[in-house]
Amino acid sequence: MLGVRRVHDLLHRHPSISPAVILLLTCVVFTVLNQRFAAPAALSLLVQQTAIVAALAIGQTLIILTAGIDLSVGAIAVLSSMLAAMLSVPPSVALLVGIMAGFAAGCLNGLLVTRIGLPPFIVTLGTLSIVTAAVLIYTGGRSVPGARLPDLLTWTGEVINIGGFRITTGVLMVAAMYLVVGFALGQTAWGRHVYAVGDDPDAARLAGIRVNRVLFSVYAVAGLLYGLAAWVLIGRAGAASPNAIANANLESITAVVIGGTSLFGGRGGLTGTLLGSLIVQSFAVGLSLAGVDNQYRLLAVGVLVIGAVSVDQWIRRVRS
Amino acid sequence: MSVALEGRDLVKRFGRVVGLDGVDIDVRAGEVLAVIGDNGAGKSTLIKCLTGALVPDSGTIAVAGKPVTFRRPSDAQAAGIETVYQTLAVAPALDIAANLYLGREQRRPGLLGSALRMLDKRGMRARAEEAVRNLGIDTIQNLGQAVESLSGGQRQAVAVARAAAFGSRVVVLDEPTAALGVKESNQVLALVERLRERGLAVILISHNMPHVWQVADRIHIQRLARRAAVITPATHTMSDGVAIMTGAAAA
Repeated sequence: MLGVRRVHDLLHRHPSISPAVILLLTCVVFTVLNQRFAAPAALSLLVQQTAIVAALAIGQTLIILTAGIDLSVGAIAVLSSMLAAMLSVPPSVALLVGIMAGFAAGCLNGLLVTRIGLPPFIVTLGTLSIVTAAVLIYTGGRSVPGARLPDLLTWTGEVINIGGFRITTGVLMVAAMYLVVGFALGQTAWGRHVYAVGDDPDAARLAGIRVNRVLFSVYAVAGLLYGLAAWVLIGRAGAASPNAIANANLESITAVVIGGTSLFGGRGGLTGTLLGSLIVQSFAVGLSLAGVDNQYRLLAVGVLVIGAVSVDQWIRRVRS
Repeated sequence: MSVALEGRDLVKRFGRVVGLDGVDIDVRAGEVLAVIGDNGAGKSTLIKCLTGALVPDSGTIAVAGKPVTFRRPSDAQAAGIETVYQTLAVAPALDIAANLYLGREQRRPGLLGSALRMLDKRGMRARAEEAVRNLGIDTIQNLGQAVESLSGGQRQAVAVARAAAFGSRVVVLDEPTAALGVKESNQVLALVERLRERGLAVILISHNMPHVWQVADRIHIQRLARRAAVITPATHTMSDGVAIMTGAAAA
């Protein structure tokens, strides 16, 4: 029993240990199945494919830490990417407008959650439909092919070769996003307040924290991050499509949950989310290299999600 | 002794329910004022109005003789009034040091703090340890522990330590011993006396008459949304107090 308690304590203090172990096991198993998994080519692909979901999952993590959820992640990113690709203004202005549109959509979510007091699930379900419809009306459902995109927008897809590893500027940008937001979450009062608000909003308010201000800032920052992720998306896809990343909502939530962040708020963090995003993608890359049907990947991810939430429930159970 | 905090003619309604019907209260520096009353008599509403958790519909509040308006808990905190709520108002997943400084985190000196807004975790931890030690709280050893791993009495001690560390004038304790055993209750009552020795004004809301008669200097009795009487443990017995509280005796 003492051993179990020690494991519980350890996971309680460092919730990103379990996804780290899972990622390690995944990599070992897939390398055994097919040695090409550990080769620079496959790993580069893995990292490049992870970048989009990993970027979107940053904002999703912030929101889930406050015990919320964001179903409008993908819709907002697509909105940003289509505005950046289609506005008839200089590329830099279009890009800025696109990113700021993501910020504005995040602010709208934040206003509805804090001022009208609607549950985040309902708010973002609504903005998911509204933003998706707006994008389809604006674009007429048509994509912008890569040949018509300015270099600035596809810059995030440029490849940098580091000792056989092919990293894109987009990947570096996502890494920078993780560092900046990770610093804000872990080292500033704002980050601590995000955790406190998700943990117990009443307690946070009584401790003098402006709960609504923190909540609003989280949705606004998430929107801005989706806008930046849209830029990475364009570079990765080499085009801008209103039908891109259709599964972004569920994939980002999956990454966050597998990463050990609690859907009940107040517990978890970005390290776990990054690991969670990598786990999901390593299943995709690993299973295809092992010659397994892609449907099994979905099955494995489903098992992981349920397993991760069960572990979370266990971790949250506090011994008395 | 000077009056640290006073409320005059406080009124608070919740729809058609009258929570406070013109209540006066005052507490002086260096005294423990107990507030007792039956459930629904308006104790919690009164306390919330004095600490910024609720805004009274009418009436005035003054701190050290100066009129103030509290719109939120942080306003009262800025005036030197700290509250330990019955629900304790702690963030369970955060550690003890983080909870002590919750809502008033301190930043690193220099550019790290001013430009990057970086927290001074080590400094806060050290000062939290000092605060806990000064209050003679020996039940808490490791301030890096998450609050949810603590016992009820330890959590209470954390909440009281936070109030004591930052309350420069008034510390309000709402039912601090309600969930505690005998030994832990006595530790909290000893803390209350230590706060009084430091010259703070202490407001103690409690249902536990022996505890009230043990530490209070004066007792404010709340009945049917009004102040029924203010008595002292020296002039009135516990049964006198309960009689006034329930309306069996006139004040």
